[in-house]
Parts: sequence; C-alpha cells; structure tokens
Amino acid sequence: MGYNCVVCAKQVPDTKQITGDAMKEDGTVNRGALPTIFNPEDLNALEEALAIRDAHGGTVTVLTMGPPAACDLLRESLFRGADRGILITDRRAAASDTLATSYILACAVRKLEPDIVLCGRQAIDGDTAQVGPQLAEKLGFPVVTYLEQLQSLEDDVIRVKRNVGNGWEVVSCKLPVLLTVMETANTPRPRAARRMMKYKKALAPLELADADAGQLDTLKEKGLLLEAWTLDDIGAEMAWCGVDGSPTKVHRIQSVVLTGGEYHELPPTDEGVAELIGELIEEHTIG
Amino acid sequence: MIDVNRQGEVWIFAEAEGGKLSDVPLELLGKGRELADILSVPLGAVLPGDGVADLAETLFAHGADRVYLAEHPMLAHYQAATYSKVICKLIETHKPQICLYGATPIGRDLAPTVASTMKCGLTADCTDLQIGDHTELKSKEHHEKLLLQIRPAFGGNIIATIVNPRRWPQMATVREGVMKMPEPQAGLTGELIRCEVSLDGFQAPLEIIETHRREKKVNLKAARIIVAGGAGVGSRDNFRLIWDLANCLGAAVGGSRAAVDLGFVENDHQVGQTGTTVRPALYIACGISGAVQHRAGMDESAKIVVINTDPDAPIFSVAHYGIVGDLNDVIPRMIKAIRGGEHIQDLAKAAQA
Ligand SMILES: Cc1cc2nc3c(=O)[nH]c(=O)nc-3n(C[C@H](O)[C@H](O)[C@H](O)COP(=O)(O)OP(=O)(O)OC[C@H]3O[C@@H](n4cnc5c(N)ncnc54)[C@H](O)[C@@H]3O)c2cc1C
Repeated sequence: MGYNCVVCAKQVPDTKQITGDAMKEDGTVNRGALPTIFNPEDLNALEEALAIRDAHGGTVTVLTMGPPAACDLLRESLFRGADRGILITDRRAAASDTLATSYILACAVRKLEPDIVLCGRQAIDGDTAQVGPQLAEKLGFPVVTYLEQLQSLEDDVIRVKRNVGNGWEVVSCKLPVLLTVMETANTPRPRAARRMMKYKKALAPLELADADAGQLDTLKEKGLLLEAWTLDDIGAEMAWCGVDGSPTKVHRIQSVVLTGGEYHELPPTDEGVAELIGELIEEHTIG
Repeated sequence: MIDVNRQGEVWIFAEAEGGKLSDVPLELLGKGRELADILSVPLGAVLPGDGVADLAETLFAHGADRVYLAEHPMLAHYQAATYSKVICKLIETHKPQICLYGATPIGRDLAPTVASTMKCGLTADCTDLQIGDHTELKSKEHHEKLLLQIRPAFGGNIIATIVNPRRWPQMATVREGVMKMPEPQAGLTGELIRCEVSLDGFQAPLEIIETHRREKKVNLKAARIIVAGGAGVGSRDNFRLIWDLANCLGAAVGGSRAAVDLGFVENDHQVGQTGTTVRPALYIACGISGAVQHRAGMDESAKIVVINTDPDAPIFSVAHYGIVGDLNDVIPRMIKAIRGGEHIQDLAKAAQA
C-alpha cells in the first residue's frame, strides 16, 4: 500500500547571508537584497517523504504558502523528486502569524487527504517551531515533533525515534499523523539532472504573462503545471486569515543602538595580551 | 480563546518530566512574580504529572501563590494530546490572563498545541517580558496593561515587542537562563489546588515505547568563565583553540548559532536567544560578530573580552576589553600568557612560603 504524503515547506531569507550589503542604513535588513532559500529543515521533511514513497509507494505533494516567487521552491521540490507542487498565494494571507498560517495550511491540507503530513522542525527566519504542532491540532492529527529516525511504517502504524533535547524516545502512533523533522534525520538527496531538465519548465498560471486556456492545458498535459490556490479555493474563512486571523500584533519595533567605543582596546601582541591577562587577574576575574 | 479578563492570574507551566522540576519553571516564577505583582493578581503554577505533589513545595518556595496540581497516571509521561487537554480545561475554568512556558523541547511542543486549541496568540523565545499599554494603529483602541512580549526580530539589530490585545490568554515561551531564578525562601507557602483530571476513556494517540534521558553535557549557566567561538573560528578542527583556551582557564565552551550550524560545536553549547542565556564573570567571544540574537544571551556577563578581526563588528559594543586581531594568532598568545601567569603566581606563592 502507498502513502499520500504532504510536505509543508517555506521559502525563507538566507539568514546566513546577512552581510553588509543586505543591511540598510538604519540597521534593518533589506529583504530584497537577501537570497531566498528552501528552509533547511523543510528539505529534510521532503527527503523523509520521498524515502517513504520509495519504500512503500504513494505520492509526495509539496505545499507552500507565500508570494508568487515561492514557485521556485516548488520547482526545487520537483527537481528532487516530488510529484506535485501547490502554492497558496493570496494577498489576504499576508501578515499571518503562526496561528493564522497553520489555519490556512490546514484548509489546504484537508483537501489533499494525506496519510502523513511532514514539516521541518522550524524555519530559520523565526525559529518558532510553532506551525507544525498548530497545524496538527487544526487537522485533529496527532503530532510527533523532532523526528530523528523513522523506524518503521506498517499498515497504519508508524514508529519514530524523536530527539527530546536531553535524550530521545521511541513512540508509535496511528495514521494520519503530522511529523516535524530534524536536520539530523537524513541527508536530502540532490536535484536529479533529468528532473531538472524537465521541471525547470514547470510554471504556475500566475507566472504566465497572459495565459490562455490552451497554454495551461498543454502544461497540465506535460505535468508541468504548478498549482496556485487562493484562500477561496481552499474555503478558508477570512476571519481566521491574515491580519484579522492573527492574535499577535506588533506593538513596537526598535533598532538597537550600539554604544561602542567604550572598551579598553589592546593590541594583538604578546604585550597587549599580557596586559589583558594581568588586568583580569588583578580584578580577580580569573586566577 | 477566553475573553480579556483583568482579574486573571499569571500562570507558568511547571514542567516536571521524569518527576523532577527543571530550572526553567523556577526561573519563570521569578518573572511571573514580578508581572503578577504589577497586575495585582495571584501567581499560579500548573503542575501536571503523576505522583508529583511533593514538587509543589519547591514552587511555593520560588514564589507561586497557587499550585494547580493535575495528577493522573496518563500524565506520567508528557505527550501533547494529554497535557494540552488538561491545560486547556484549566485555562477555560480559571481564565488566567498570562501563561508562560519554558522554550524546552516539551514547552515548544505543548505551547503551540494549547495556542491552537485556544485560538490565542503565542510568542516564542522572548528575551524580556513587561507590562505596558498598547494603542491599536488603525482603530486607536487603547488597551491597558498588556503583556509586552519582547524578542529580537529577524535580521539586523531589531527588537520587536509583540502584544496580544484580544484573544487571551497571552502566551509566551522563554528559553532557559533568560529569567533569573529567584532565591528559594523556605517557609513560603501557598494554596495547593488538586484539579480534577478527566482523561478516563480518552485514547492518548502516542504510545511511548522507549525513553532515554541523558544529562546535559554542558552547564553553561553555572560556568564562571565561558570561552565562546563563532563562524570566525573557521572549522571544527580549529575549534580546538577555543577548547584549549577554555581548558587553561577552567572555563566552559560556548558557541554562536553559526558555529553550531556549521558543525564546529554541539548545539548544547549555543549561547543566545535560541540557545542558553548566560551571565558569567567572564565571557570571551572569539570570531563572533555579535548579532542581536547572540548578544541577547551574553550581554549581562560581568566582563566581556572580544577578539575579532573586524573593528566594526557589533560585538565590540558590549565589550569591556577588545583585541582587534586574528584569533589564530591571539588565542595562542593568551594561552601562553595565562600559563606564564600561573607560573608567576606559583613563584609568588613559593616566595611567601
Ligand atoms: C530566529 C533566530 C534566532 C537566532 N538565535 C541565535 C542564538 O541563539 N545565538 C546566536 O549566536 N545566533 C543566533 N541567531 C543567528 C544570528 O543572527 C547570527 O547569524 C549568528 O550569531 C552569527 O554567528 P557568528 O557571529 O559566529 O558568525 P558571523 O556573523 O559570520 O561572524 C563571524 C565573525 O568572525 C570574525 N572573524 C572571521 N575570521 C576571524 C579570525 N580569524 N579571527 C577573529 N575574528 C574573525 C568576523 O569578523 C565576524 O565578525 C539567530 C538568528 C535567528 C534568525
């Protein structure tokens, strides 16, 4: 028997690339100047889903919510082996906090009737790790966070080793289930050259200047159509989406003023270092 | 979700996996006490488990006015479904205005599950919590005495303050070490409330087959001296330098998230907003740029020494001593000087004898 897996993935700014160029005068990040990447642990979630399909059959659908540019993430998923990519894109979803995001994702996931939903443990732009458990609650699925090893999958029972920080545990549970996957779970497979050749031409309707029905049909026939869903398509209630659906509000954003210049500077020489150590000993910080 | 309830208590989740309280709930009691006093409401600790009644005393000693004890055999081991069911029931019954959780693996599993069930807000990894007023931008509606949930925002040197004006309780998670643990006061007592737990007939979805706990390898919070390395160290091999300097100072080893992500050091060692917050007597930052998320976890150290090739690195803004230079060059010199220092002290001691 095969399993229908849905992977929820996010396109994130590459926080490792925050260099001078990406900073604005006021010390904030110029998001436009930052490259976006596939959130690293979502790649581990995708790999876990592909491994399940390889071993048991079934399908892997990647679902992402974001601006049209997030189609890149869907193509990337297809390069690596996903069967289907769906983008949820809608201006009314902007400014969703984790609760509203999980509500919207839940509306979409329900339409796909999955056996297993996989999320990365957390996204690097916020590190909140909240969307996985919240999505599970909305779906009414049990959640198994911090998957480090999928030990077995037989009929409708899954057995997972999870990392609980100061140790690990093995749990089993019945499908359907939502798993959040750790970076240590696996090594994501690389893009397959042949799939790249094929799927670099995959497009979502909103990426075509003025798509006529014929064009869309051709793409669909060739399996090159990325689906784009709006909030209406997934039957989401607006009260739970975007700004209205988000209980958390920003009260204030402050830039941190760096004071600076008030430290004792010492040269990088033996003398400088000796003076430093001497002072630290004298003030009883060390020694 | 519950309605705004000004008489609502301030609650903390008393995580007691394996029948033991970890440090975080006790740290949260310190901050919780402060918030509850400003709001003039009681401070409650919610303690689910099985055979954990004895722990209430510790919670009282650290400032709890009330302990909500929820005991049931099904609560002996944590799992999201059972714990969130019990906690949501308690929230609906007692309508607390604030609920705080440790940002531990359990807290980060539980709090979002509760938030989703209650349809309320949740802010992760707060580095400070305060009480303050908020005026809504559009409606100009004014809300008094909300929980200000403060955390570094993604990118740059930005601190965001988040509020949850309507859909209560106001919930936040806090990492270990961020809040200072209050001194326990023997003799402080409070009210122990035994809560009815209705889990009979409920089928817990997870079967826990095996559990293994290990002691944390490092205890950064307890270290008097920390030598920390960042991406500037260059490689896991080169991180030896950090270990060597730490060894000769009797110090613990810390790392930035970049150092952890790059595999130079294990994640138990991470200092910062999403790692451990530390306040040692001495913090030596080597090859760390000093992003706001890192500084949030170390800027209260008594003395900070910075070694960095870039004189403009933000880490210098919190330094007491700074060396602009290559750590590969400076650290060996430091080791030499410290060894020499010991030598000098030995001589001094010998002379006194
Ligand atoms: C949600 C979120 C949570 C985060 N939580 C944390 C956290 O808890 N802790 C944390 O640390 N970060 C955290 N970060 C990441 C943080 O924003 C920075 O990316 C990270 O701290 C950078 O680490 P670094 O200073 O080691 O690396 P870099 O910023 O790359 O800095 C390396 C430094 O090394 C210096 N250097 C290079 N070579 C040498 C040399 N030979 N000798 C001396 N100096 C040298 C460079 O001048 C530079 O200043 C978080 C980020 C996000 C988005």
